[in-house]
Amino acid sequence: MKFQGYDTGGFYDEMFTADGTPRPGYEQLMDRIQALPEGEINARQAAAEQLFYDLGITFTVYGHTEGTEKIFPFDIIPRIIDRTEWEHIESGLKQRIYALNLFINDVYHDQSIVKDGIVPAELIESADGYFPECASIDPPRGVWCHITGTDLVRDDKGDIYVLEDNLRSPSGVSYVLANRRVLKRTLPLLFQRMNIRPVDDYPAMLLDMMYDVAPPTADRVTAAILTPGMYNSAYYEHSYLAMQSGVELLEGRDMVVQDGYVKMRTTRGLERVDVIYRRVGEDFIDPLVFRPESLLGVPGIMEVYKAGRVTLANAPGTGVADDKVIYSYVPKIIKYYLGEDAILPNVPTYICSQKKECEYVLDNLDTLVVKAANESGGYGMLIGPASTSQQRDEFAAKIRANPRNYMAQPTLNLSRAPVIVGDHFEGRHIDLRPYILYGEEIRVLPGGLTRVALVKDSLVVNSSQGGGSKDTWVLG
Amino acid sequence: MLSRVADSLYWMGRYIERAENIARFLDVNWHLTLDMALMQQNHWSALVSVTGDMEVYRSFYKEETSHNVIRFLTIDRDYANSIWSCLHNARENARAVRDLIPIEMWELINVFFHSIDKQAKHPVEIFDNPYTFCDEVKRRCLTISGLAGDAMDHGEEWLFYRLGHMLERADKTSRILDVKYFVLLPDILDVGAVIDVVQWSALLKATSSFQAYRHRQAPMTPAGVTRFMLMDHQFPRSVLYCLTEAQRLLHELTGTRIGYYSNDAEKLLGQLCAELSFQGIEDILNQGLHEFTDRLQLKINGVDTAIFKTFFAVLDPVAAETAEQ
Repeated sequence: MKFQGYDTGGFYDEMFTADGTPRPGYEQLMDRIQALPEGEINARQAAAEQLFYDLGITFTVYGHTEGTEKIFPFDIIPRIIDRTEWEHIESGLKQRIYALNLFINDVYHDQSIVKDGIVPAELIESADGYFPECASIDPPRGVWCHITGTDLVRDDKGDIYVLEDNLRSPSGVSYVLANRRVLKRTLPLLFQRMNIRPVDDYPAMLLDMMYDVAPPTADRVTAAILTPGMYNSAYYEHSYLAMQSGVELLEGRDMVVQDGYVKMRTTRGLERVDVIYRRVGEDFIDPLVFRPESLLGVPGIMEVYKAGRVTLANAPGTGVADDKVIYSYVPKIIKYYLGEDAILPNVPTYICSQKKECEYVLDNLDTLVVKAANESGGYGMLIGPASTSQQRDEFAAKIRANPRNYMAQPTLNLSRAPVIVGDHFEGRHIDLRPYILYGEEIRVLPGGLTRVALVKDSLVVNSSQGGGSKDTWVLG
Repeated sequence: MLSRVADSLYWMGRYIERAENIARFLDVNWHLTLDMALMQQNHWSALVSVTGDMEVYRSFYKEETSHNVIRFLTIDRDYANSIWSCLHNARENARAVRDLIPIEMWELINVFFHSIDKQAKHPVEIFDNPYTFCDEVKRRCLTISGLAGDAMDHGEEWLFYRLGHMLERADKTSRILDVKYFVLLPDILDVGAVIDVVQWSALLKATSSFQAYRHRQAPMTPAGVTRFMLMDHQFPRSVLYCLTEAQRLLHELTGTRIGYYSNDAEKLLGQLCAELSFQGIEDILNQGLHEFTDRLQLKINGVDTAIFKTFFAVLDPVAAETAEQ
């Protein structure tokens, strides 16, 4: 299969410049793919898909009745990021996470950023991710956001922007590892010839981070991942990370609080747990403090956490910095705590709680992307250019009813990358979700998950909305 | 090890073994019917009787035709012990412990289920010739067992998994033997007839023990075959062999020496092993083989319940404290 006739369609293409020259790092990939015999690339694509199926690397789609398991669609043409650009991204992410962590800690302590008039108090208090129960807690090392998956996009000029911070419970890292495993089997020659930075040490990095933030009193640390259970859409990821890092995979019902500690039920009685990477929302984690109907958590765990006898990662309450309206303040937050300008810019954002901006949003619904402040996964959003007038009217009513809950951004022309469509390549819009761990220091996994909007012309990359992924190569 | 995880490993072992045994007796029955075209009807209902689920069967189907029985045992999603259901459950249990079992093991189970699930959509081939299907099930189950033995950590994971295997196999071998009650001796006068050798041989073949039995150069008599299947010391599917192995695993889990007990599971299994070890085959045949296997199965169930109470149902601390007062 050849790239001849591949149309970049006027968008920024990750692989080719507008005149069809491969960008730095992509030359060898192009040569290798074009050197394959006719039909071979399709055969390898099919083999890769079968591999995902056999490995049981599947996810569950909510509301999908016939066969709840699906393969996360995967395209074998990798996305490549050269060294210089990656260094820029990495330093930008470290700066952002460092500042956001200081912000969260401040929110739950002195709130000096409010007192100094940078972020309005009512914005914090009305954020869904703000939990007053977390006030004056001091997590080990002062780290709140241990695991982050920041969404980055590139616009048509080629600049990288931060789209969302995802500080609560970002998923997808197991696909980074699985994609790499599959692609090493699919295009082994390129791995021999190119200097591609490995990602396989993520589980070890995760384990290091968990040990870094263990309660100082724990002598022999037992770390665990808390999953909602095997019917959760991300269960594969929870079990994979537990397996690869060698930690316990627990459900809420596996644990109890006894004598001031969190303990798990084992065949030899109850044993202490010290660090819990929770993949359960904080509002579900303790029915005595948050949602009383929750069966996913452990009654009394917050009391143990407050006493510093168990570490929860991410710390309950980090969601306050994940609010899509507070997002618009992040450049100011970085400036306030670090005295620096943001290395990675935000996408311009209109906040509906501000009257003038709200009017602008309501007048320009057909060109904007409107998002609910606390939704994720591509739910609760309106993509103006692709919407009907009826959808716009419905959304306008929602915004008027609860302006605080909405923000809007210009519809970005996300960059595209070639994917295999039948017997040729076509451009599809993509984004990038790098994964950042914060323990003793901040570490960024090279690359991340490149998500692809597989539906032609679509801008929504979420797996729940027809998105797929690609392996992401950072060149060393 | 987490109680929930131990429970899943144990049941994963049981379900894999169950699927294999269903394939075994279905396969043998199929071959037997080819030799005795006229007796078919009786044979197929006997197969259902062996499962102990005749009532369930009758609530689903009117007659015990070969198609119905094969459907029931292989791909019936509504029947909790069909091969499809066993593999579905084995896979769900494997998924729950996916982080603890070798990746290849999960892969085998996953691919296995998908293969059966796919074939279940075109069942006519299975109904017309279950041999290929049964053969695949047996081979895949054995591959999983082999992989488990050679790739699993032989700590608690393995002990619980293997314990499930052994108890299930003991139960199923006794059930296969029980076919005799339903088919082989419908009329006591048939003993010694020519057809008998074929049928007793089939019984041995169902447990892959025909060659082993022949190797011992024992005549094909009811007492000989029964003794072999119940209490042979070397054959890994004999009931006593499985129970003794289960006992060893159980004691390795707790660290209690064999001959003593520290919980109900050890106590009941110890009694059962002793009873079987020190009874002659004549004693068993005198009390009636069916009555004997019936009681045996009940006692194995008792061991299963005791294992659940000892290892899987850990008391809440509140309840535990109350119990101490």
